[in-house]
Amino acid sequence: MADNEATVTEEEPKVLTDLEKVGEPAVPRKKPKDVHGDELTGSIKVPKVEENVANHKPYLCKPVTMEKLGFPADLREDWHDAAIAKMADLLKKYKSLQVYMDICVKCGSCTDKCHYFIGTQDGNNMPVARAELFRKVYRRYFTTEGKILGKLAGAERFDLDLLGEWYSYFHQCSQCRRCSVFCPYGIDTAEISMAAREIMDHIGVGQKYTNDIIAKVHDVGNNLGMNPKALKATLESTEEDLEEETGQKIRLPLDEVGAEVLMVTPSADFFASPHVESLLGYAKVFHQAGISWTFSSAASEAGNFGMFIGNYSHMQKLASRVNDAIREIKPRRLVVGECGHAWRVAYSFWNTIIGPFDTLDPKYKRPQHICEFTLDLVKNGGIKLDKSQNDHLVPTMHDSCNVARGARMGDKPGGQFTIPRELIKASCNRYVDMDQDTIMEKTFCCGGGGGLLTDDLLELRVQGAMPRMQAFSKVQETHGANFIALICAICKAQFTKILPKYGVSMEVAGGVHQLIANAIELGAKQ
Amino acid sequence: MAIFVIGVLFKVWKYAMTPAPLKIPQTPAPVGAGGVPVRVLSEVVIFKSLFKSNRVLWLAGYLFHAGLLLALLKHFRFFFPAVPAGFGYLDTLEFYPGLIMLAGLGLLFLMRLVVDRHMFISVMTDYFLLLLLIAIATTGTFAKHFFRVDITQVKEFMMGLIAFKPVDMPTQVMFIIHFSLVLLLLAYFPFSKLMHAAGLFFSPTRNQVDNPREKRLVTPWAVEKPEAIPVAEEAMEAST
Ligand code: HEM
Ligand code: SF4
Ligand code: SF4
Ligand code: SF4
Repeated sequence: MADNEATVTEEEPKVLTDLEKVGEPAVPRKKPKDVHGDELTGSIKVPKVEENVANHKPYLCKPVTMEKLGFPADLREDWHDAAIAKMADLLKKYKSLQVYMDICVKCGSCTDKCHYFIGTQDGNNMPVARAELFRKVYRRYFTTEGKILGKLAGAERFDLDLLGEWYSYFHQCSQCRRCSVFCPYGIDTAEISMAAREIMDHIGVGQKYTNDIIAKVHDVGNNLGMNPKALKATLESTEEDLEEETGQKIRLPLDEVGAEVLMVTPSADFFASPHVESLLGYAKVFHQAGISWTFSSAASEAGNFGMFIGNYSHMQKLASRVNDAIREIKPRRLVVGECGHAWRVAYSFWNTIIGPFDTLDPKYKRPQHICEFTLDLVKNGGIKLDKSQNDHLVPTMHDSCNVARGARMGDKPGGQFTIPRELIKASCNRYVDMDQDTIMEKTFCCGGGGGLLTDDLLELRVQGAMPRMQAFSKVQETHGANFIALICAICKAQFTKILPKYGVSMEVAGGVHQLIANAIELGAKQ
Repeated sequence: MAIFVIGVLFKVWKYAMTPAPLKIPQTPAPVGAGGVPVRVLSEVVIFKSLFKSNRVLWLAGYLFHAGLLLALLKHFRFFFPAVPAGFGYLDTLEFYPGLIMLAGLGLLFLMRLVVDRHMFISVMTDYFLLLLLIAIATTGTFAKHFFRVDITQVKEFMMGLIAFKPVDMPTQVMFIIHFSLVLLLLAYFPFSKLMHAAGLFFSPTRNQVDNPREKRLVTPWAVEKPEAIPVAEEAMEAST
């Protein structure tokens, strides 16, 4: 199919290439406070729909990185045909995509459920409208209805403009699955935005932030690009700090063959703040319980951005580092640190993509979440907590969407809600929940998930955090809440950055194991 | 009619055959296989998620589908030689199923017009389908209750169709319109969003058991060991 648009040149002095056109965000855009006003009111209002007020676009991925990941360096000449071919391929591989393309009745149930719509007011950020960007193309090329009726049926040719919209709006979805909860058919827009990103990567349109990180992990082993030497040094200096603080020799072991537990955690835990506070929590728990454990430099990253771009091979290859580590360390148990999407990948996908974990002890869950691990110890007396250490805090729990709606902890449905809460309550005297419509399975994303945690999308991140901030400001007002307990590395980074924009101190955000670290009683057991 | 049957079967076959390579139940989800039918049925029978989401929409949708179901059941008498046991009392419902349907449809249509979010996402075919259904329900109600279509004649006609022994079509205008529109709907069904009625049962976020750690999900294309991604290895090393 010939592509007319490709030959049209712009009137502007600087001629943009097609790829640049796709990546060029439209201005003007609404600022965060144009949508929700200056002050937090504590209530979440559904805004009026407007068009094209949030045409945010993240930076395009550099050609070298694209090539490293096996994607075309530039927008392919035949991008149109290639995109359709890739779409056909994905429709055959994913039942979710195939079924969700056909069955949306556009009932509108999901339209007011996305934090990005609530925060930006942009109609295309309503989940069904986002998915429609994909469906337009699907209908045009894959359905009789769309081929015959065209626009009347909501079918459209895939052209550069539409590709530009794809690039914008499929990078304004944190793949949090909140919409899916409220859809009568469970249509999961996250699945659709993953597929869209996969198609875009295959025609040469990649997102810088996510792809850089994937390349870094293939390269050095973690999102932060910390090589084993640097990692070792960091852990050692943290060990020293710990000894100074507690007077105890609490270890942060690395690559210790034969350890009982292999701990895989997001690399941000190694030195970002407040992440590292949770790291201290893990270390204290292992220390006090007397269970030998180790990190691994091969698998120094629990996060898996391969999921964000919907690329099965990359996701699998990133995860396979855990297998390498298991072979090397020969642990009996595998435990995963605080991270939302990482836990979704670990819990829901690892067994499929890198399992089965036959060498691990079947007495324990394979893999186990650090919250499951710690709560077991609290319950069987393996560790003791002194709640009064946290008396200055009134925590509330932000359920990470990937854990809440994409994974589980414990044996019962909903364990992902009760287990972290039990831990918080075991380590603090006070606790308050935010509004029921904003927690547990209905939790609002922090606004920075799904590969959007990048400064080129900062405005969007502020807007997307709005519903969560409203809910928090309410319990702040009514119950004096002053701590948002988190179980996700991205949530932690996002809140630390976004809280000050809403006039809240960034100290308010911290991990569940930060509370444990405060409360745990170290030293000889009675 | 044949389009309908073949079209729907084809789609269902396609949904059934497309693999779901990863575990993606929307949690909290049932942890045992027994819970899945309960979950899916709660969506079919009471539109549970919709109820959680939007009560007005739920009411509108529910009225329509309930009316539709009752009307369909009433139609059974045209297709069976004898009125099946228990279906007789449906006749006492008079034209209410039609009215319930119309009330629901009217509300659904109205919502597309007055709620800006619904307006934003609606295209021609969405309105068309609602209008088509409104037309079907209206002509049906009229044919039966105001124009007094001869029921026995209709029945003979339908039985004839089923037996592939054409009988003369009843000649009342209302019936002819009603019947043609229904055929149109059936022909359109497999190509349209009406497939939601079947697709719902194949939605992986709703029909999967939440047991990925206990039971390894294996699908043919997705279990090979990490394939070598065409990663330019030297380029990678160079950048370290
Ligand atoms: C398994 C059976 C079915 C189930 C569980 C089901 C469920 C639903 C649900 C939950 C909705 C969204 C609710 C709403 O829009 O308010 C819906 C919409 C709709 N259904 Fe069904 N349905 C079924 C069968 C059918 C059939 C057989 C028809 C056919 C004629 C139909 C026609 C429609 C239409 C036209 C809409 C869209 C309403 C709108 O435009 O807003 N459904 N269905
Ligand atoms: S709730 Fe589901 S069916 Fe309704 S518009 Fe949204 S995606 Fe479509
Ligand atoms: S998955 Fe989350 S971010 Fe994406 S459309 Fe749905 S609600 Fe919005
Ligand atoms: S960062 Fe946290 S809240 Fe946001 S998508 Fe990830 S898990 Fe969800």
